[in-house]
Amino acid sequence: MQQRWGLPIVAWPSRLRPNYWDGIALPLVLGSVVLLAWASRQMGAPYRLGQTLAISLDPRYLPEYGLRTVLRMALALAASLAFSLAYAAFAAKSRRAEKLLIPVLDILQSVPILGFLSITVTGFIALFPGSLMGYECAAIFAIFTSQAWNMTFSLYQSFIGVPQDLREAARMYHLSPWQSFWQLEVPFAMPQLIWNMMMSVSGGWFFVVASEAISVNGQDVKLPGIGSYIALAIEQRDLAAVGYAILAMLVLILIYDQLLFRPLLAWAQRFKVEAVTQDEIEPPWFLIMLQRARLFDVMRSVFDEAAALLSRLARRAAPRRAGAHRLRFGAAGARWADLVWNGLLIAGVAYALIDIARFVDSEVGLREVLHVLLLGLCTLARVVVLIALAALIWVPIGVWIGLRPRLARRVQPIVQFLAAFPANLFFPVAVVAILRFHLNVEIWVSPLMILGTQWYILFNVIAGTLALPTDYQFVASNLGVSRFLWWRRLILPAIFPAFVTGAVTASGGSWNASIVAEIVRWGNDTLVATGIGAYIAEATEKGDFPRIALGICVLCVYVLLFNRLLWRRLYLLAEERLRLD
Amino acid sequence: MPDDGRLICAEKVCKTYQTAETPGRLVLDHVDFSLHEGEIVAILGKSGSGKSTFLRVLAGLTPPTEGRVAYRGHTVEGPAYGIAMVFQTFALFPWLTVLGNVELGLEAQGVPRAERRQRALKAIDLIGLDGFESAYPKELSGGMRQRVGFARALVVNPDVLLLDEPFSALDVLTAETLRGDMLDLWLERRVPTKGIILVSHNIEEAVEVADRIIIFGSDPGHIRAEIPVSLPRPRDITSPRFQQIVDEVYAILTTVPGREPGRRGLRGVETVGVGYRLPAASIQQLVGLLDAISAPPYSGRADLPHLVESEHIEDEALFVLVEALQLLGFAQVAGGDIWATPVGRGFAEADLQTRKQIFADQLRRSIPLAAHIRKVLDERPGHSAPEARFLAELEDHLSEEEAHEVLETMINWGRYAELFAYDYDRGVLSLENPT
Repeated sequence: MQQRWGLPIVAWPSRLRPNYWDGIALPLVLGSVVLLAWASRQMGAPYRLGQTLAISLDPRYLPEYGLRTVLRMALALAASLAFSLAYAAFAAKSRRAEKLLIPVLDILQSVPILGFLSITVTGFIALFPGSLMGYECAAIFAIFTSQAWNMTFSLYQSFIGVPQDLREAARMYHLSPWQSFWQLEVPFAMPQLIWNMMMSVSGGWFFVVASEAISVNGQDVKLPGIGSYIALAIEQRDLAAVGYAILAMLVLILIYDQLLFRPLLAWAQRFKVEAVTQDEIEPPWFLIMLQRARLFDVMRSVFDEAAALLSRLARRAAPRRAGAHRLRFGAAGARWADLVWNGLLIAGVAYALIDIARFVDSEVGLREVLHVLLLGLCTLARVVVLIALAALIWVPIGVWIGLRPRLARRVQPIVQFLAAFPANLFFPVAVVAILRFHLNVEIWVSPLMILGTQWYILFNVIAGTLALPTDYQFVASNLGVSRFLWWRRLILPAIFPAFVTGAVTASGGSWNASIVAEIVRWGNDTLVATGIGAYIAEATEKGDFPRIALGICVLCVYVLLFNRLLWRRLYLLAEERLRLD
Repeated sequence: MPDDGRLICAEKVCKTYQTAETPGRLVLDHVDFSLHEGEIVAILGKSGSGKSTFLRVLAGLTPPTEGRVAYRGHTVEGPAYGIAMVFQTFALFPWLTVLGNVELGLEAQGVPRAERRQRALKAIDLIGLDGFESAYPKELSGGMRQRVGFARALVVNPDVLLLDEPFSALDVLTAETLRGDMLDLWLERRVPTKGIILVSHNIEEAVEVADRIIIFGSDPGHIRAEIPVSLPRPRDITSPRFQQIVDEVYAILTTVPGREPGRRGLRGVETVGVGYRLPAASIQQLVGLLDAISAPPYSGRADLPHLVESEHIEDEALFVLVEALQLLGFAQVAGGDIWATPVGRGFAEADLQTRKQIFADQLRRSIPLAAHIRKVLDERPGHSAPEARFLAELEDHLSEEEAHEVLETMINWGRYAELFAYDYDRGVLSLENPT
């Protein structure tokens, strides 16, 4: 019987002997290494703007395209992980850095993701002249921006929330800052981080699809991938190809879910601080394989050795700097440094504001600014109406499902899956319908904005209802509470916090989706709805940089205000008054 | 003076907590203390007396604002090698197994893997955890978890062991066993540790374990008394000498300084001002305790250690209740005894409505904060005031957290006495009751 905590390294022979799990593990590992190597070679292929990349609608090419898409996703996820670890650690460790980094993150979060793509693509192309790499980087960067911010926020929250006693224990037993980062802070943040990674990837699929077909200065570049495949299918009005793409995406998401996130979620259980026994997750087959197959034992001990070596090196590099000395910094000196730092921050912000004002004034003029503000209002109206409609539809359904725990357990994974599925794959279907039935574009394009994000509302409402103690329902039925009163006094207050959480996510997603949803195509037919999303999309196509910037800034301001004035308040209200514990 | 038998020596240690807004609050006021080789010192005190802060200053986890702490003659400037700590909350890393947790300190010191494993297994064996090496903390009971905490401390062969209420999160039976095991290791010299400091709020525990008891007083924290315990070991907790010391400690801990009948407090008369840190006593428990004292078998006068046993109260909870009863003028305490005042007896005999009336009278008479709030509400047009106003006043004397706690206690008492009303949603105190 093998002990889980890893035997001493001397026990090589028995560990090396492969078992039957290795029969699955070995081909899987070798296969993915070969495939990834091949796909990354393709990324650096030579390319000049204007050249057409051959994309074929033949479904036989879909596996290849899928692989390229997955690789982009994985690279973006790795970049997001590295970025968020560094950024969050810095923000949590330094009080001064925190003052700058956290507000910046808050703003970055509200910048529309496709806006990043429009702005950065030229820079990336210049970075890798004559190669496809620049375009790949731009696409990966766009996916990165859809994933990194919420992971960073979650890490930062976890880092500052590490329990005081664990911190003290780490210091008391002389863990170096490097050791306590990897042994205390990162493990503590792990469950939340993995949950957020999963959410990030769910959101990411949407932007993978949207960012593979890039337009630069009026030229279309289609990177081989599922997103480009569907873009081509739209151009050529091939409904069957759209269907294949949807099918391929389905398989991809399933694989990601099974091979990456189910195992990660189950594995992350051990990092939870409070003792959970209730909702222990059954270890999925892939995790069992990882834990049983000897191949991974070998890999793990190599990894352990490397980590120990790194840790030793870090100790040697920073000997004996255990906390207390640094806390004693002269108080007066620290206050001066604070003043200077705050002054610098204010000066920087003022300079940026003046610069933006001057730029907008010289390039587009005040009249256009007002026009864009109005367009923003149109999009705002759409978002508000859509969230309200989605609430009307999904709250009753969510409650109905949530009251039936067994059904809920079966429905939740499906809803999660729907949330991950890139809704833009369905846009062509909607456009065909609008064209066929001559529907009003302004109205009927709108639902596309919430197509992918409404699931967050349903998902959270189900979770909120599940969490409602059954006692409350017994009391309600015992008192003979009427249907109306039951909703008003019991259910609505009880699920309110969960609903707000879901609605915040849904509304954020809808703002983002407006750029692709307010202007949709089918072959040569283009449907345009009035709104700021369409404005940004059109400016991007023309390569009109000042207007892209203006549109993004205005959209950003709307999202910030909307979040501050509505969602944050509702959130606080929910936290203060309606929490069950 | 590298070796004068003193392991740890604290000279004139002051600690001020300072935040950006408040000018700074004194938590420790000129504390002098030393730990000698071969002794166990227990530190007792009410919650908020700064005893935990003091332990953290000794540990090097937080620097003193003034004064100096030395370990074997060297100034402590951060956690020193040779000092280990056991935490009230265990502070185990939940993602590491028992073995992983115990090895942690050795790993941090760069001890080679084989030696690490061997030493950790020895410590685990010593503390009676063998068989649980591969368990995760969440699989263990509280008592077993704290054993891991002890093993983690002992594995680094500490010179000095700092124990921060290590048994108070455990049930009585478990605490007793673990305490006994620890004491055995110490008495039989099976650990290289030369000195132990135990922070506790359990008086019997302190008398059983310690060679010397230090009692901390509050606001700001200072050493109020020092009691040597020279009873032979193993100690018999039923012996009269033992009980006498227990009584003595109770007597000191339950008297509000400056309120001892017939005697001035050690530090002169302390007046209870608006910013006094009210003990967070619940009305239900106050009434229950007063009823218990007034009824047979006590019939108005009770021995505190007896009361603790018969009413199943924790020492710490008792201090809070007794202080509240004294402040409100319902009871008096001296020499380890508590007796009900005439007002207190009147309260115990009264019916519900009269009780509320008496409580209200006592609040206005003896609790300046209650009188102050009532006066403000009487004077203001509309007879209401935001809680923020009173919090700001309290924060002149207390930390933000303490100010909240005190106001919460005040609101509880005030609501019971129907002295004023409080609207949670708006955060407003007023004289109106909801219509």
